[in-house]
Amino acid sequence: MVEQAATQAPEAPSGLSSSAHRDTTRASNKLEVRDLNISYGGVSALRDVSLDIREHEIFGIIGPANSGKTSFLKAINRMDMFNKNMQVTGEVLYDGHNTRTLRNVYALRSRIGVVFPLPVGLPMSVYDNVAMSPRLRGIKNKADLDEIVERCLTRAALWDEVKDRLTTLGSLLSGGQQQRLTIARALSQEPEVLMLDEFSIAVDPVTTMRIEDILKELRNEITIVLVTNLVQQARRLADRTAFFLMGDCVEIGETEDLFSGNVTDQRTSDYIAGRFG
Amino acid sequence: MADSMFKATQQNVSDEHRDFLVQLLFFGMTVLLIIPVIIILCMLMWKGGPAISWEFLFSEPTNGMTAGGIFPALVGTVWLVTVALLVSVPLGVAAALYLSEYAPDNWLTRFINLAIINLAGVPSIVHALFGVGAFVLFFEFGTSILAASLTLAIMTLPVVIVATRESLQAVPLAFREACWNMGATRWQTIRRVVLPNAVSGILTGVILEVSRTTGETAPIMFTGAAFFLPFLPESVFDQTMALSLHLFVVATQVPNVPEHLPYGVALVLIGMVLLMNALSIGLRMYLRGQKKW
Repeated sequence: MVEQAATQAPEAPSGLSSSAHRDTTRASNKLEVRDLNISYGGVSALRDVSLDIREHEIFGIIGPANSGKTSFLKAINRMDMFNKNMQVTGEVLYDGHNTRTLRNVYALRSRIGVVFPLPVGLPMSVYDNVAMSPRLRGIKNKADLDEIVERCLTRAALWDEVKDRLTTLGSLLSGGQQQRLTIARALSQEPEVLMLDEFSIAVDPVTTMRIEDILKELRNEITIVLVTNLVQQARRLADRTAFFLMGDCVEIGETEDLFSGNVTDQRTSDYIAGRFG
Repeated sequence: MADSMFKATQQNVSDEHRDFLVQLLFFGMTVLLIIPVIIILCMLMWKGGPAISWEFLFSEPTNGMTAGGIFPALVGTVWLVTVALLVSVPLGVAAALYLSEYAPDNWLTRFINLAIINLAGVPSIVHALFGVGAFVLFFEFGTSILAASLTLAIMTLPVVIVATRESLQAVPLAFREACWNMGATRWQTIRRVVLPNAVSGILTGVILEVSRTTGETAPIMFTGAAFFLPFLPESVFDQTMALSLHLFVVATQVPNVPEHLPYGVALVLIGMVLLMNALSIGLRMYLRGQKKW
């Protein structure tokens, strides 16, 4: 399979070079990453990553700090544009379109919802936080906005807690609530892809479980890229998991295989077993 | 032994004494600093207070400026400050937005930043002469409110730019990134998130500018402020009297002025500045209370 590509030997990514094979898989691949290299001012952060993310799967990325996981996400929605220091080479295909050469990066970003490690409630009301993205799309009708806000907050399991105080500042909610607000905001983009970057780092275990439940519900509708430093979280949620280590993509496989010891690289099983990292 | 564990040693005692002495020293310095301010204010109140009346504020100077009021100068100062603000605030805020939100970090940006800092250090008399050369003569505005206000605007531009840039940069980057990730352009991000949260700082800078503009004398002396002109200006192309220059004139240029008159003018001038500062502090406190993150 494609995901078995050994990134340690970039000259021979088995299966990837066959264009016929690529064409048959494209229909179900939301994102195709080809030879992605990221460096910061000459210091390499991610090397020769090639992988596919299938439509409507939860794709987990695990690995210790400094492995290039966040840089990987930034390269996908072109956030490297805002960091002059960050150089990206390679291709990222979104539904077959190369995003690296895309001019309308705003359309790309609006299709991809992002959740950060630290919750970012924008300093505006809860309502405006969720209504912001629809407003950017040009939706002005109050009733439409009301409907979107309620639907997204409900989806993010926050509606019951905030429905009576939609005018409170989003930045005044508790950490766990703000993280769910961030998810509601991402959902208000009506995204095709949701990228979560270690979302549970600053929230309590109960909120973490609630968000995990939300992700399980969403997996049938949108493609989810879940970066996590909790190995067990990847095990609970991800259909397939990639293991990044020090800028290399060491292993990509079915999550079940990874956790049953069916790995090609010893470091993967060492990390999963908690022997380092 | 629980008792001896927290017993003060000789070292502890002397450390504590030294700490107290240092605190006393710093308090003394602070008091020293505000003594001149208090003396100036008291002198002005005592000597200029009796001069202040409705008539003083709202009538024209008479008897070769040795009697009467200050109304034309008061109105002139309001004109000068208002026109200067109308020019410098849009210009300064736009420049600060560019420098903080758009400008890449390259030699040009660094050069512009350096130029702004230097502009703030240029003596006001140099600005005045520039104003004469550029606005009065080259653009042929003549000595007018427009020329004087433009000179004031250029002089106070660095204040607006620096204050605006600093309050823009106080808005956390995470807010911008959250918006960019949603597909917002830089301008959408600025308009919806950055500016609303920077507005209190910007207003503070603007009011600081107002209080500085009110008191400036040199830049308006040759560009638009008149020695004596007992009429109210009708347009920006008229000359006008101004409080700061009027104070200079009645204090040094006109003989036989009763003592209370210049003190009265000074008191009105400083009263305007203090009012502005109080407004600024109040506004900032109000807006800070609104903003929480």
